[in-house]
Amino acid sequence: MTQDNHTAVASDTTRKLSWGMITQNGGVVALLVILLFNVLVTPNFLHPQTLFVNISQVATIAIVAVGMTLVIATGGIDLSVGAIMALAGAIAPLIFTSAFAEANPELGLALAIIVPIFVALLCGVFNGAMVSFLNVQPIVATLIFFISGRGIALVLTNGNLQTFSNPAFSYLGTGKILGFPFQGYLVIVIAVAVWWLMAYTVFGRQLLAVGGNERAAQLSGIPVKRVKIGAYVICAGLSGLAGLIVVAINSASDAARIGNLMELDAIAAAVVGGTLLQGGKAPIFGAILGAIIIQLVKYTLLANGVADEVALIAKAGIIILAVYVQQARKE
Amino acid sequence: MPNLIEMNRIKKSFAGVAALQSANLNVTPGEVHAIIGQNGAGKSTLIKILTGVYRKDDGEVKINGNVAVISTPREAQDAGIATIYQELSLVPLRSVTENVMMGYEPRTRLGLINWTAAHKRTQEILTRFGIDIDVRAQLGSYSTAIQQLVAIARAVSMNAQLVIMDEATSSLDDQEIEILFGVVRELKKEGVAVLYISHFLDELYQICDRVTIMRDGQTVAQHVISETTKLGLISEMLGRDPEEIKAAGMTGLGGNSKAPGEVLLQAKSIETGRGLKDVSVAIRKGEIVGLGGLLGSGRTEAARALFGLDTLRSGSIARGGGKSAFKTPAEAIAEGVGFLTEDRKREGIIPHMSVRENMTLALLPQLKKMGHVDRKRETELVEGFIKSLGIKTAGMEQPIRELSGGNQQKVLLARWLALEPDILILDEPTRGVDVGAKLEIQSIIREYVDKGLGILLISSEFEELVEGADRIVVLQDGYSVSELQNPGVTEESLIAAIAHHHERTA
Repeated sequence: MTQDNHTAVASDTTRKLSWGMITQNGGVVALLVILLFNVLVTPNFLHPQTLFVNISQVATIAIVAVGMTLVIATGGIDLSVGAIMALAGAIAPLIFTSAFAEANPELGLALAIIVPIFVALLCGVFNGAMVSFLNVQPIVATLIFFISGRGIALVLTNGNLQTFSNPAFSYLGTGKILGFPFQGYLVIVIAVAVWWLMAYTVFGRQLLAVGGNERAAQLSGIPVKRVKIGAYVICAGLSGLAGLIVVAINSASDAARIGNLMELDAIAAAVVGGTLLQGGKAPIFGAILGAIIIQLVKYTLLANGVADEVALIAKAGIIILAVYVQQARKE
Repeated sequence: MPNLIEMNRIKKSFAGVAALQSANLNVTPGEVHAIIGQNGAGKSTLIKILTGVYRKDDGEVKINGNVAVISTPREAQDAGIATIYQELSLVPLRSVTENVMMGYEPRTRLGLINWTAAHKRTQEILTRFGIDIDVRAQLGSYSTAIQQLVAIARAVSMNAQLVIMDEATSSLDDQEIEILFGVVRELKKEGVAVLYISHFLDELYQICDRVTIMRDGQTVAQHVISETTKLGLISEMLGRDPEEIKAAGMTGLGGNSKAPGEVLLQAKSIETGRGLKDVSVAIRKGEIVGLGGLLGSGRTEAARALFGLDTLRSGSIARGGGKSAFKTPAEAIAEGVGFLTEDRKREGIIPHMSVRENMTLALLPQLKKMGHVDRKRETELVEGFIKSLGIKTAGMEQPIRELSGGNQQKVLLARWLALEPDILILDEPTRGVDVGAKLEIQSIIREYVDKGLGILLISSEFEELVEGADRIVVLQDGYSVSELQNPGVTEESLIAAIAHHHERTA
């Protein structure tokens, strides 16, 4: 990310400064505009409570967007993230409300986190294997879990809303460190870890090479299939974690609603953050920025009494704008 | 006879690079006219200007004596020019009739398609070419040859005066080629001209009347085909007057030939599904083995097979120690074999990535230190290669796409040299590279060969092969037919070996 900016700036000195600045830093400019608008218009925007609400809400989008960025960087896309969130979110309460977990609370809690994420990882293996071994189009391969994942979650829970009271588990969604929501820290840790993965490890470099030119990558001896599967597995794992956070925030699991339309938010965040849909780039912090912008737009409209449905339209507008800016940048 | 098509002094550049400089072409009605030339000679650019895909920078196009302005493929079609591409532009899932009539369907009084008339008309058109098939069947259920013929039939039914066939026979078998030739002769009888582009010279003698030869964006000659020899055509195509070349030392590959070392890789009678029939070649330590042959003779296919990209149908490849062939490029690389591909853009560079990242791509697994890439070693290595290969770049963090072709090629060469391989396969290593960079690349290669690297060199430039290679294995239609030993090879003898028709024992 940092080095991307570096080279981009270096090669762009000839471009007109004003427009160049906006296209290169479109995300930051957009964020500043939204913040300024809210400070002026939205009541109580500068209240700390507003910040906390937004952090806890943006966390899930940001975590999934990071995973989505990796998948898009390989030239793919993952539609199953929302359904995998629902699946993980449905399994967790089943475990810690079971008789076994009541008897062994610590072990039960650990399993309630480990097992759902493990299941999510398996879903990722399936997605990746479909894409790389069976050469299924990513959009179709991930459509399988997009449809069936939520179905499985509903079957597991008989379609019931599972409510629970488990303070230890709920810490994932409601815990605070130094007054800030726990999941805010989690986002930072994940973003830094994945950024490091992409910038400094062999896997990260190979992933970008696969997305940038798959044939060249294969001819350079890169295990293209394994790298692709890796991207889908990480994305699915992060989605599973996000599912747990949603459940923890609400102290309830509703398989029909967890992660609903999350795939669109995550893709939008990645695109707004500067990820190229044709692959080859993975601006991790850009994705976080994209997630924050999308969350803030949602919040701005909601806080000013605009209906949720209208917020969806606004989101579409942002995506169009982001893609437009991307196109302009390419020329 | 007045010319049907006349193209005079056509010029065309892409991003400042001249693709055509003063190219001419004239085709008379009812003749079969061939265009031949090496890759990059400007054949397809010329055709694309005629068919309205590209716009010419300068020059004039006349059709039937009138200056014509063709700026879209549609306008070319309306002017009576039809093109049959290598990849067919038909709809395989629809019926033959629908494909032939597309856009020109006969209507009933109610404005609906009159299927009875459509089928009847299609049948008539096809019968004219001696094709008797069920026009109601899906086009895709027929062979490529039939599909191609249907495309031609469609073109003729739209009153084409000129049919352009671009490598039309490349996917056909012998029998299908005969049918196609029958159709070409039929077209000729009806006064339709055919512009025929092919890499197979034998075909020209069978059906063409005249031939235009192109080289480096210019038309170098036009002949009546019966007055030419194959050797003459080839030497004009390559621009090699054997006398003139004897002024040696024009490439940087020439060097003192030492006694060849141990055998590093040996391929015996290999065959693959990609048109490689029976090729044997050995690569020894510290020597350059050239692969000679025309386009389509199986040079690149042989390289792909050696690198583990295509699976062998028969034959064997043995690495020095007696190990068998590689199944994947990764295996080949691990065993010390590199492959610099012909298509820099599609199979070489990762455009978004920096010079540094591109250079160390194949080496990455070896740069791993405690789970991450050893940036310090990487930087040192890249710096070293930038200096020793003289790569002109603003810095190792510059995206590779911003470098010139020659410098991109040097980065890719460094990608392989960094691995310290035993064997390097070079497919057209100096294509599309300016003269200065070309010499530099050639001398880098020679330097490494002197240190013991074994090289398999594929090049369409005979000069490069003759001067660079210690031995040249000559390929023809997927067979290795002869081997020339340096010193003693001249371009003339190489051309003769390539053009000479070898009896096959297979």
